[in-house]
Amino acid sequence: MTAVVSQRPKPSGFRISKRVLPYVLSLPALLVCIGILIPFLTSVVYSFQRYRLSQPWARQFNWGDNYISFFTDPKFWNTLEVSLLYAGTTVVLELLLGLAIALLLQKRSTLNNFISIMLLMPLMTAPALAALMWKLMTNPGFGVLSYLASLIGLQDFRWASSPSTALFTVVLVDIWVYTPFIMILLLAGLRSLPTQPFEAAALDGVPRSFVFFRITLPMLTPYILTATLFRLLDSIQQFDIIYAMTQGGPGDTLTVFQVEAYLNFFQSTNVGRSAALMIILWAITYFLSNIFIKNWLRLRERARGQA
Amino acid sequence: MEHTSLLERILRGIALTLVVIFFMFPIVWIFMMSFQTNETILRIPPQLIFEPTLANYTALITGKLMTAAGTLDIAFMRNLGNSVFLSVTSVAVSLLLGVPAAYAFARHKFRGSEDIAFTLLSFKFAPALLVLLPLTLYFQKLGLANTYIGLIWVYQLICLPLILWIVRGYFEDIPADIEYAYRIGGHSWFATFRKIALPLAGPGIAAAGLLAFIFAWNNFVFALVLASADKQPVTVGALAFITSSGIQYGQISAAIVLSITPTLALALYAQRYLVEGLSLGAVKG
Repeated sequence: MTAVVSQRPKPSGFRISKRVLPYVLSLPALLVCIGILIPFLTSVVYSFQRYRLSQPWARQFNWGDNYISFFTDPKFWNTLEVSLLYAGTTVVLELLLGLAIALLLQKRSTLNNFISIMLLMPLMTAPALAALMWKLMTNPGFGVLSYLASLIGLQDFRWASSPSTALFTVVLVDIWVYTPFIMILLLAGLRSLPTQPFEAAALDGVPRSFVFFRITLPMLTPYILTATLFRLLDSIQQFDIIYAMTQGGPGDTLTVFQVEAYLNFFQSTNVGRSAALMIILWAITYFLSNIFIKNWLRLRERARGQA
Repeated sequence: MEHTSLLERILRGIALTLVVIFFMFPIVWIFMMSFQTNETILRIPPQLIFEPTLANYTALITGKLMTAAGTLDIAFMRNLGNSVFLSVTSVAVSLLLGVPAAYAFARHKFRGSEDIAFTLLSFKFAPALLVLLPLTLYFQKLGLANTYIGLIWVYQLICLPLILWIVRGYFEDIPADIEYAYRIGGHSWFATFRKIALPLAGPGIAAAGLLAFIFAWNNFVFALVLASADKQPVTVGALAFITSSGIQYGQISAAIVLSITPTLALALYAQRYLVEGLSLGAVKG
């Protein structure tokens, strides 16, 4: 491609040198890039400072103290545990459910296509608004889900307001919103698989469990991996659903990384601790996104090859 | 594969029905609540049959809520206006910045191009608050705190990576020879870009724009951190509305319905491109 460009005859009229042109074209995007990198670096600096908005005079570098104190801080371990638990539970359940639904809808038919479009609606609902919808439905006074729970013998089921069921409730909302994401990616994957292996297997009378585990799953693996990593990256940073539903409560039941950092910043005005939390979360997501991007690039090449 | 037994078909039917109920029920239920008065909402057991009323919507649209204690002002229409304004402007700015850059990345492999593209991509996966929290302090110093300009700038975090990566794929799909032929005819690169590349990548640009709009509209955390009441979009406004109006559940439901309708409608319209957009171009639908 570059070879082609360099062979071209000189065009007439006003022109910018072709060496400079791409830089000129991408300069605005680059500037936005830099505008975002600056606060990122600031976060790194803050994370090495003792910095409370309420005590600006006491602001000074304490180097690793924010990080070192995490080791003996039960609140930090709680944050780590809840974040991992939340991400793990949502991703595993959404993957299983999303795969099952994709398999149910695999065959192209008017009804299946209609259902798969309908199922996109939760995904297109803003997660914060989805949390509010579920909050209304789980209201102890009139919520329809509280009523249904009481019908099956769960009197006084407290949903998000009880520490024992709060995690379950937000995971349920997350599943409602994001299962369609996995479903739609896997459905596209399933429908793009070559048909020959399946025809051959059908001719040979191979049992269907064998077809599923030895043909479908292996061929679907890149899609499953991309969808899973995508969700994992998102889920470990979940903020909207949890904040809109419970603000991290009751108590500190649901103080996942971003919620905890938000509360640290705006409620206890502890900027240093908040920044250190974000840097740790960033390290986790950076590690995950590197694996993800490799996979995603491979899939992207394949998709573009088919186009 | 074709010999499915009757039992299997029944089981499949039941499974699909349950799936549809689980995913559609909340939307249907909130939709129904939005046409109910508080009295029918509070009735136990919940009512499936009720006399629909438009009172909730009129209260929202006129901005006046009549309660026993007096008239309350609701700023929800303002939130809705903010959502429209912020999303539309952010996407427009993003297209203006992102489409030329996407073209540069697709056509010219220049030094550092991949690095910039990947840095932008990695923003999509970095925790939002990592950037937002220091930004609140900067914005206060720069006078950008609680301004539309400041918000639109940070919304680029959502829109720009999406547009850059999707549109780039569309530009790469255009054979370079077509553009080359046009340039041999003596046209400048800009004419080539405008007359050849842009129209050919048109559907992709439109799809990326629609998706960016949906993501901007659905964003919550950016405005929660950076905007105060008069600049807040619906996602943040609805949450504030719940706390301020207390028990006006009908109005809250109506507000939610009004807030999610635009994205649902756009999604139906653009569903052909959703798979590709959601996977940033990795999976074609």
